[in-house]
Amino acid sequence: MKENAVAAALAGARPRVLAALTRVFRDLDAAEDAFQEACLRALRSWPEKGLPQDPTAWLIFVGRNVGLDETRRQQRLDPLTEGPQDFEKRSEANPEKQWIEGLEREDYRDDVLRLLFTCCHPELPAAQQIALALRIVVGMPVDEIARAFLVKQRTMEQRLTRAKRFIAKAGIPFEVPSPAERAQRLQAVTTTIYLLFNEGYSASGGEAHVRAPLCDEAIRLARLLLRLFVGDPEVMGLLALCLANHARTPARLDKDGEIVLLEDQDRSLWDAAKVAEAHVLVEKALRLQEPGLRTPGPLQIQAAIAVVHSSAPSAGATDWQEIDRLYALLERLQPSPIVTLNRAVAVSKARGPRAALEMLAPLAESLDGYLHFHGARGALLAEVGENDAAAVELRHALRLARTQPEKAHLRQRLREVEKNLSSLSY
Amino acid sequence: MLYSILIYDSEAVTDRLSKDEEASRVQQHVAMQEALEAEGRLGPVARLMPSTAAVTLRPGTPGPGTPGPGTEKPLVIDGPFAETKEQLLGFYLVECDSLQEALDAAQRLPLESGSLEVRPVGWYKASALGASGDTE
Repeated sequence: MKENAVAAALAGARPRVLAALTRVFRDLDAAEDAFQEACLRALRSWPEKGLPQDPTAWLIFVGRNVGLDETRRQQRLDPLTEGPQDFEKRSEANPEKQWIEGLEREDYRDDVLRLLFTCCHPELPAAQQIALALRIVVGMPVDEIARAFLVKQRTMEQRLTRAKRFIAKAGIPFEVPSPAERAQRLQAVTTTIYLLFNEGYSASGGEAHVRAPLCDEAIRLARLLLRLFVGDPEVMGLLALCLANHARTPARLDKDGEIVLLEDQDRSLWDAAKVAEAHVLVEKALRLQEPGLRTPGPLQIQAAIAVVHSSAPSAGATDWQEIDRLYALLERLQPSPIVTLNRAVAVSKARGPRAALEMLAPLAESLDGYLHFHGARGALLAEVGENDAAAVELRHALRLARTQPEKAHLRQRLREVEKNLSSLSY
Repeated sequence: MLYSILIYDSEAVTDRLSKDEEASRVQQHVAMQEALEAEGRLGPVARLMPSTAAVTLRPGTPGPGTPGPGTEKPLVIDGPFAETKEQLLGFYLVECDSLQEALDAAQRLPLESGSLEVRPVGWYKASALGASGDTE
């Protein structure tokens, strides 16, 4: 069997195996060491013999024995003499097999959630949560993580060490969590996965291709989570939101690396498979919204908004009223100036630029340092013919722009507004 | 006779395939499809969305309000019908004179992990759907 396939099998098994081993050893470093050793043994055995019947169980079993051997060695006890070859033999009707099958059902769900939650601990800074999840759950090499975050490898190593030190002290309990605890962990984890996605997605221009792997990893983690929590509408929303946005990636930059706004994108470049899957997931999540049962979560609402956008055959055919309605729902659930700003864009399309400008007025202070606030206000002011004020806003936005494509885009808009200014003065 | 070739693998694993590996597998599929199509033996082919997009119906349990067995509203469950280590990823229908021929067709498909199940088709209705429905 090919090395590629072995690598995929090891990477696919990693979250479950590492989660189970962490529970066995009650220590992340010990679990990682045991997992590494189990992988080395797999690499020696699988390419020749083919994949075992259940690679996950094989790795847990071998990793556990390796780790116990290590503990015994440190305590100068006799080593266990079992090797991987004993696994198949022993797995017939013995407690070991039952132990692993037990893991296969419900326990590992909490194990994996715990592992993810360990990385996504709300008291860690967001950047550390994301880096830790990539390192531990995904197994991404440190140099790759550093590249994706656009920092030096040493900086990333230090960041990871600090984060690990924190979680070692945090002492997240291993007992089966209560439903309330489980919900709380799930929420922390979905939030971090979405942050990870945005970390990759908000990149622009030249950095975009370096950071796209972050989007792919976020989608993989969201899928992993949804496989564990098949009926959770907010996890469906998370995956749908990531898919619907990432589907647009091929259309987001033109051939010169310049930003193409959603309304100007060539929709035929969107990834139709991702769009279709996002639609199904939003519809599935909506089904769980029987009146009075639960209210939709913020990710689910954002996914619904993304799906309304991608349902429109052209930008002009977008159902802005529905988007306005969904943003209003989101505003009530999670009031924030950014949400209101987004809603104002929908309002400008549904009810005109003046209504949108009114909505933005109270945000001037809280969003003063936010590029897109000034960009949007500049565009709206230009639309109602207030070119002087529009130019002021666009210049403000230009000062806040960080990437070349953003700057180029704003300069272009500014030129248009200034042209209108001069044509009026003559 | 018509045979189905059902493709199973662990989604956790296929999710982790490198782009090159994915492309090389797709290439093998395309080659097999072209060969069978040229022989006029290729029926419908489908790649399924991930099982997380699935919804399962199960018989409902009889309650006080239901007039008799089989009249209950079915239960709608999110996800595939069972939590399994491997998921059904897609299928082929191929026209073959013998089981051996069907096995030969299946052997042209990539099989690095998971499994391929060759199962004769008991009943088949050609549809008017045509070749569309491709969301790739």
